[in-house]
Amino acid sequence: MNEDYKLKKNAAGRLIPTIINGKISIPYQGIGKYKPTGKKAAPPIASCADYPANGNKVVKDLKTALTETGIKDGMTISTHHHFRNGDYVANAVFEAAAEIGVKNLCWFPSASFPCHAPIIEHLKSGMVHHIEGSMNGPLGEFASRGGMKGMGVLRSHGGRYQAVQDGEVHIDIAVIAAPTADSFGNANGLLGESACGLLGFALADSQYADKVIVVTDNLIDFPCHPWQIQGNHVDYVVVMDKIGDPEKIVSGTTRITKSPDRHRIARMAAQFLRDTGIMRNGFSFQAGAGGTSLAFVDYLSGYMREAGVTARFIRGGSTKFLVDMLEEGLTDYILDGQTFDLKGVQSMREHPNHADTSPFTSYNYHGKGMFATMVDAAILGATEVDINFNGNVVTHSDGMLLHGIGGWQNTLFSKCTILTVPTFRNRIPIIVDEVTTLVGPGELIDVVVTERGIAINPRRKDLLCSVKDSNLPIRSIEELKEEADEICGGKPQKPKLGDRIIAAIKWVDGTVIDAVKIVEGP
Amino acid sequence: MKKATVGTLGEEKRVDCNIHLELKNTGGINLDLSSKVEVMYGNSIREIVHRELSFFGIENTKIVIEDYGAYPFVLQARLETVVKRALPDIGKEFLPEFSEKCLYKSSRDRFRRTRLYLPGNSPNFMINAGLHKPDGIILDLEDSVAPFEKDAARALVRNALRVVNFHNAERMVRINQFPMGLLDLECVIPHNTHLILIPKCESKETVHKVDEKIKEIKKKNNIEQEIFLMPIIESALGVISAYEIASASPNVVALTIGLEDYTADIGTHRTKEGRESFLARGSLVNAARAAGVQPIDTVFTDVDDAEGLREVTLEAKSLGFVGKGCIHPRQIEVIHEAFAPTEEEIEKAKKIVRAFEEAKLHNLSVVSLGSKMIDPPVVKRSEQTVKLAIKTGNLDENWRDNE
Repeated sequence: MNEDYKLKKNAAGRLIPTIINGKISIPYQGIGKYKPTGKKAAPPIASCADYPANGNKVVKDLKTALTETGIKDGMTISTHHHFRNGDYVANAVFEAAAEIGVKNLCWFPSASFPCHAPIIEHLKSGMVHHIEGSMNGPLGEFASRGGMKGMGVLRSHGGRYQAVQDGEVHIDIAVIAAPTADSFGNANGLLGESACGLLGFALADSQYADKVIVVTDNLIDFPCHPWQIQGNHVDYVVVMDKIGDPEKIVSGTTRITKSPDRHRIARMAAQFLRDTGIMRNGFSFQAGAGGTSLAFVDYLSGYMREAGVTARFIRGGSTKFLVDMLEEGLTDYILDGQTFDLKGVQSMREHPNHADTSPFTSYNYHGKGMFATMVDAAILGATEVDINFNGNVVTHSDGMLLHGIGGWQNTLFSKCTILTVPTFRNRIPIIVDEVTTLVGPGELIDVVVTERGIAINPRRKDLLCSVKDSNLPIRSIEELKEEADEICGGKPQKPKLGDRIIAAIKWVDGTVIDAVKIVEGP
Repeated sequence: MKKATVGTLGEEKRVDCNIHLELKNTGGINLDLSSKVEVMYGNSIREIVHRELSFFGIENTKIVIEDYGAYPFVLQARLETVVKRALPDIGKEFLPEFSEKCLYKSSRDRFRRTRLYLPGNSPNFMINAGLHKPDGIILDLEDSVAPFEKDAARALVRNALRVVNFHNAERMVRINQFPMGLLDLECVIPHNTHLILIPKCESKETVHKVDEKIKEIKKKNNIEQEIFLMPIIESALGVISAYEIASASPNVVALTIGLEDYTADIGTHRTKEGRESFLARGSLVNAARAAGVQPIDTVFTDVDDAEGLREVTLEAKSLGFVGKGCIHPRQIEVIHEAFAPTEEEIEKAKKIVRAFEEAKLHNLSVVSLGSKMIDPPVVKRSEQTVKLAIKTGNLDENWRDNE
């Protein structure tokens, strides 16, 4: 709390802390500007002599496994979020750590969810010093109110891989929840009661952590194949009764929104792809699993069918809707980063062209290329967009930190990035003069589709030109903002924020693009 | 001391608010506000509350507001309602500024393919209704509003008429039956209401009463524009009287039917096929056409069944209807598509319109196409078809030049 940081302006004009949790930070320098040199990080060399020749690495319980890893004060413990709001493992890890009696840990999840609210008690007790990872819901609110001792660090999925790979974050102990595993530590997300599809978010953890623990509730005889996580990275295997709540891990069925306004937005986004000619044979796109995205996929597949067009690949978040397209032949491949429903899991298990990807293949900015730049169009959401097309996904207009970055920053690198957002939501303006927190620079955001029209970034003269003859409602972003302000009742007041920085927002290259301040108002 | 409430305290209502007001003799304005948008609009909300209470001459009160993001026009309407519930003798109205986006006109012969019902006491549905491009929106004060909320709905609908941009949709209000309907008319007529729907209409007298009352209000408020009427037939007697109703006033522009009440009245149930209402619907089309007004079909209640809606709309079209009610924005486009003229219809209509223009040019009294004589109603229908084809984008505006 008494950190001795100063504030420094970065290339985006944002004030960021010079020191984060004791380490010197690097300010954001612009897109593609910061290029570190040197070698990647690496885990310690292991020897087979130290591991059982019969391959059986099962230990009694989590506490035993953590003790055996040599858990100490100040260590970094990682978990993944493929179980979303149905995860039992992260809470169990910190309960075990509390029993052991360590303190000042850093929790490094690939994302957190409301189900992780029990961690708040460990933050209060000082066992967990801070979180580096998304903070959704209650944890975000707790952090926003200044409850966390250290500073939070938010990264994109790709940024997390990059940080581990570059050695910015050293994972002492990785705990990987695995729907199915063998005693050697081979694991996958395809089988078992808690099947979640894939385990890509745990890839970096398995490769780079000093110690790796696999936790499963479905231990099968060797070999657990396919091995999305390779047992050769794994130190210990723990069996728990239940590692998650299957109903919250994936939904039985993902549903399209019923809101007519969202339908309108989704349809306009699909029409935009059609009318600009982005939708053509062999194209590709990425859309999430939110209600608007699903409606978008539904409209787009209709247009594709009408025009006789097929995609080469779709990047998912896979759902029943993408699987239907794969099965119908509207796309050759699904390149899947996380599976959202049962049909997605089944398809990943059974369909040869439903491929699992990871933050390494798709999003790692410090790699030799990434899939994200090859996608023709990405359809994304946001909590705020400003008149310079800058986007925010982590805080709301009241300054409260409530969401993680997810793959959002990474997907901005697609050839055409489209934000589908309402101009306001329950009297909360979404299109604003300046984003509360800068998460994505406007240079990378090409189009904003709202219920009141479509704004194209003036930088994209090509797109402006290609919709000249369509009947899409193209408007300036300022016009959209003015109309929203008029309905909501004028320019909103600014939230009351204090000076203390409670979290830093990283850009995809490890530099700091913005900081989140403590909320002092109501 | 006098107390009043609007909304149910403790119950969350999107973009709306609950208010409890307790008048006092001393102590000034004691405002207890909790708002979902406090951070962004707290000051603005407080300012509205103080301004409006002072407008109504209230100086001492304890007022509790639970706000869930009510837009200013909603908050203003709720405040007015709670004040008038505590002090029923207050006559004056606290009117939000009339937006210039609410001043556009309607016309007698405009298309009325779709009219979207908006429950009069639910602000949530109003704000974006016009974006979905219905030909008309209906702010409903009748069946969708609970009897004890009529006053609240009236104030809200009035404010919506002054503030909400309905994007050129015809601005309609469905009033209650008399005598309550009289209060409704006084409240909405001065705010650029284009059309009044008269519920459960059974005789020309009902139309006359509404017409007279509107005339009186127009005079009092110096309103010149026409205010159209659309009587709703909802009973066996209404069907019998359909022609006299449709021709009761020159302000009647359309006649429509409500089948829930009608089928109950004739002692049966409404079915999807609608055979039980075949006579009523046919009679209605006939009466409306005889009186020279638009026959408009009832609503389709299964919002999720787009295919079913398409079928019944095509059937309505074939029976002679030119419009249909909607209870959800998703129904609008399906209905517009179903009412859009087919290619065949357009081609035929074009030929007839061309023949008519040709005849006019040569001062011929008879229009003929090939060896066939074309009667005036056919010409008129063809002109409508061409107009609709242009509106639905199935025909270029300059089609004559492009041939």
